[in-house]
Amino acid sequence: MLEITTTRHNPLIDPQLAVWSWEIPVYLFVGGLVAGMMVLAGLAMLRVARGDSGKDFFSMQTPLLGFMLLNLGMLALLLDLTHRLYVWRIFTTVQPSSPMSWGSWVLIIVYGVLLVSALIRLHEAWPWLGRKVPALARWSDSITGHPGYLRALAWANIGLGVGLGIYTGILLNTMVARPLWNTAILGPLFLFSGLSAGAAAVHLSGVLLRRSPAPQGMLLGAVGAMIQPLAPERPEPRTMDGLIRYDVVFLTVELVLIGLLLISLFTSTESHAVAGRLITSGPYALAFWGIIVVAGVLVPIALQMLELRHTIPHTVLPAVLVLIGGFTLRWVMVNAGQASQLVANPGF
Amino acid sequence: MPRFGMVIDTRKCVGCMDCVVACQTENDVPHGYCRDWITTEVRGVFPTLSLEIRSERCNHCDNPPCVDCCPTGASHVEEFGKVVQVAANKCIGCKACISACPYGARYVHPDGYVDKCTFCMHRVKEGKDPACVSVCPTHCMTFGDLDDPASPVNALLKSRQSHTLLPEAGTKPRVFYLT
Repeated sequence: MLEITTTRHNPLIDPQLAVWSWEIPVYLFVGGLVAGMMVLAGLAMLRVARGDSGKDFFSMQTPLLGFMLLNLGMLALLLDLTHRLYVWRIFTTVQPSSPMSWGSWVLIIVYGVLLVSALIRLHEAWPWLGRKVPALARWSDSITGHPGYLRALAWANIGLGVGLGIYTGILLNTMVARPLWNTAILGPLFLFSGLSAGAAAVHLSGVLLRRSPAPQGMLLGAVGAMIQPLAPERPEPRTMDGLIRYDVVFLTVELVLIGLLLISLFTSTESHAVAGRLITSGPYALAFWGIIVVAGVLVPIALQMLELRHTIPHTVLPAVLVLIGGFTLRWVMVNAGQASQLVANPGF
Repeated sequence: MPRFGMVIDTRKCVGCMDCVVACQTENDVPHGYCRDWITTEVRGVFPTLSLEIRSERCNHCDNPPCVDCCPTGASHVEEFGKVVQVAANKCIGCKACISACPYGARYVHPDGYVDKCTFCMHRVKEGKDPACVSVCPTHCMTFGDLDDPASPVNALLKSRQSHTLLPEAGTKPRVFYLT
């Protein structure tokens, strides 16, 4: 028997660590989602650079949506800070041992690349601006017209997307005190979850997109550009099929990585096994098995396989489920991870 | 340059919490929070039980995960004494250090920055012991330089068996418990 009692009673620390609430799961989810959208945008740009028409590849337009979403994620992160007037301090130093430090600097570059990627489509999404600032369209053409520039932008999107996706997992992974997080599989798991969420978001935007032309006015045009950042034309079925095929691959890899995460937890120390039980049979089991594994991965894979065989019509359901599953993955990992701790050796 | 550490005799500690109250008073710790605390650990099967009472705090680790993960350098190792400190004017309140600490030694101060035990360096620099050490009625706590072979802390560590908390975390704590 080992019985430990303590007089410590610090808020958010006792009886169980709970310093990170909804903000961090939202930030990690949105970060992964944007990472996935950047990779897809990069892939679309590579195809356009090869000479394909850009009209079909609506994911090329997603950097604008990604830019908006990343702002939401950063807002969530800012809300989580408890000493937020000092947030500028993060950009006065580089701390090589801190993933949060280099992640913050990477985010600055991500913002730059997303901004350039978004601006090359902004004159189409916001026609008023395109008319008022004709240089914008000329500048955009000078990039999209040069396969070399477009290819460079594509690889910047893919590289930074992969980096951002892995970073969201590594951020938690490095904390030795939390056994649930302390596995390097978290990086690739969050990356592939982000890729599938990115594909789902692009899919959802493509389906929900109204085919009416973008609003012409200044204000309505700006609002339209923000909420309707994709191409004005509905994507062709073959493009949609391609996206679904990507999503099935991402989800399958995610499933394998979830399996590897469990194997890594249950074949490691007792602390890791206890942490693993939090999600497999403990208080987070229902969310883990029900929402993340079944509703968020298995059902979307099955539905999308049937859609690809044209057994059932295309619906938004798999995309919605993937997004719900992706957010729940972050929510469960952040909360269960905080509840996990190193188990003291009971001795005899 | 010294490398401060603390040795606590668990056979003398009675869990009176004088150290806790002294710390709260000395460091103006906000109401409802504590930088040090008492842990009671019972092991074994009745009637063969053993009891260990410990006064716990930040372990001022030689390999501090809180310092490694801090994005601004607010959590740092002070040159004098190699003590882990938090610079409130650099802390953004991201709480990564709190998640990274295996000992639950840190908390968010009501003013927003992260706070914890400082080994009372303001007192130590004046040649005094930390507040918790100075008030202990059983003299179970000894503070001193671990790099000085002749220091009382090293004498105790040589003469008695001791352990640290969660050594498997690899943090190399500098608070030792004599058993």
